[in-house]
Amino acid sequence: MRKAAVATVSTVAGIVLLLSLKPHQDPAPAMAASPPSSGPPGASSSASPGTGPSGASSPAPTGHQRSGGVSGSYTGGVSDTAYGPVQVAVTLSHGRITAVKALRTPYDRPRSRQIAADAVPRLTQEALSAQSAHIDAVSGATYTSEGYTRSLQSALDRAGV
Amino acid sequence: MSDASAPARGLRHVEHTMGTVFSFDLRDPVTPPVRRALEEAVIWLHQVDEVFSTYRSGSVISRLGRGEPVPEGYGPEVAEVFALCEEVAHATGGWFTHTPGGRLDPSGMVKGWAVERVSRTLHAAGAHNTCVNGGGDIQARGEAAPGTPWRIGVAHPARPGKLAAVVTGGELAVATSGTGERGAHVLDPHTGRPATGLLSLTMTGRHLTRTDAYATAAFAMGDGARDWVEALEGHEALGITAAGEIWRTPGFPAAAWAGT
Repeated sequence: MRKAAVATVSTVAGIVLLLSLKPHQDPAPAMAASPPSSGPPGASSSASPGTGPSGASSPAPTGHQRSGGVSGSYTGGVSDTAYGPVQVAVTLSHGRITAVKALRTPYDRPRSRQIAADAVPRLTQEALSAQSAHIDAVSGATYTSEGYTRSLQSALDRAGV
Repeated sequence: MSDASAPARGLRHVEHTMGTVFSFDLRDPVTPPVRRALEEAVIWLHQVDEVFSTYRSGSVISRLGRGEPVPEGYGPEVAEVFALCEEVAHATGGWFTHTPGGRLDPSGMVKGWAVERVSRTLHAAGAHNTCVNGGGDIQARGEAAPGTPWRIGVAHPARPGKLAAVVTGGELAVATSGTGERGAHVLDPHTGRPATGLLSLTMTGRHLTRTDAYATAAFAMGDGARDWVEALEGHEALGITAAGEIWRTPGFPAAAWAGT
C-alpha cells in the first residue's frame, strides 16, 4: 500500500552503521508507546510491519525517538557490490533491532560466497553486540556467586531500577 | 534500566543462594502483596538450599544419601522433586538422572523447579510481568514493557561478555547447560564421564522446571541433542559444539543469533 521509504539502506556499510547505532530509547513507558496504526508523528515511524520486499527503508539515522521508537521490517534496496548483489532486512521493535536477515548475498563465484559467508555472521554479531546492553537477562551455564560479579547479568541488575 | 523514568514501577532484587545468584526483575507496580511474596520467595529459596544442598552434610538430601530417614515436614517437597526427576529421566531415555555417578544429587532439577515456583508465587500475588533468573536459568512472564517482549541474551560459552543469540518471548523459559566456569560438570550418565560434545546447550520452553532438566539431558547427549530436541514437543534448542559451530532447531525463538 503506502510506500514508507525514508532512506534506502543501500550498502553493507550502511547496515553496519545502522546496527552500530545505539538504540536510543528505553523500553517504552506505557504511555509513550504509540501503536503503529495511530497517526505517526514523522516519516521515520510510518513504516508498517512487514513492509514489502522492495524499496523500503531504514529509520532516519537521527532516530532520537524516545517515545517508543519505530517498529517494523526494513528491507534495504539491492546493492550491487563488486562481489555481487547484496540485500539485507532489519526488523525493529520500538527502535530495537530484533532481527537481521540477509535476503541476497553473492553466490555466483566461490570468492563471493566466501565473503558473504564471512560478512553475514559478522553483521549479525554486530547486531548482537550493539544490542547486548538492551537485553533484560542473560542465560548461560550456572555461574558461581563470585562469577556473577563479572557477569553481564550482574551489570544488568546494577543498571536496573 | 527500563524503568529509570518511572522508578516506582518495578523492582530488582539480587539474592545469593544455592551457590549462585538469583536475580528478580519485576516490572509491575510493587504492591504490598507483591513485596511480601518476594520476601517469602527469598526465604523459601534459602530453605530449599538447606533441604536439597549436596554441599551441606546436614541437608535432607545428604541424610537421604546416607540412608537416613527424611526429617518430619520435608516429605512433600522432596517427594515432588524426586517424582519430577523420575519423570524426566524417563522422558529423556535416561539422559537425565538424579543419581549421577551413583550418588543422590537432584541438583539438575532443583534450581529450575525453584525458579518456576517463585515465578508462579509472584504471579499469584499480582506481579504478572516478571523475569526470574536463577544463576543463568530464566523464567519470564508477561512483558518487559507494554508491547515489548522480554529479550534474553544467550551467553557465548567461548567468548566472555559476548552473546551467541538473543531470544524473545512472553511466557518463556530459557535454560543453558554448559561447561562454563564450573568446567565439565555434567556427566554422561551412560559412561559416567563428563559430556564434552557441546560447549553449551540452551533450551527454551514455557516452564523452567522441565526446560532446565531437558537442557541438562540434551547437553549430556552431545551430538545427539539436535535430533532429540527436534522431536521434542514444546521445546527448542540452540547448541554450540566443541568445534565452535552453532546450530538451532527450526522453531528456536531467536531474534538474532551468531550462526548462519
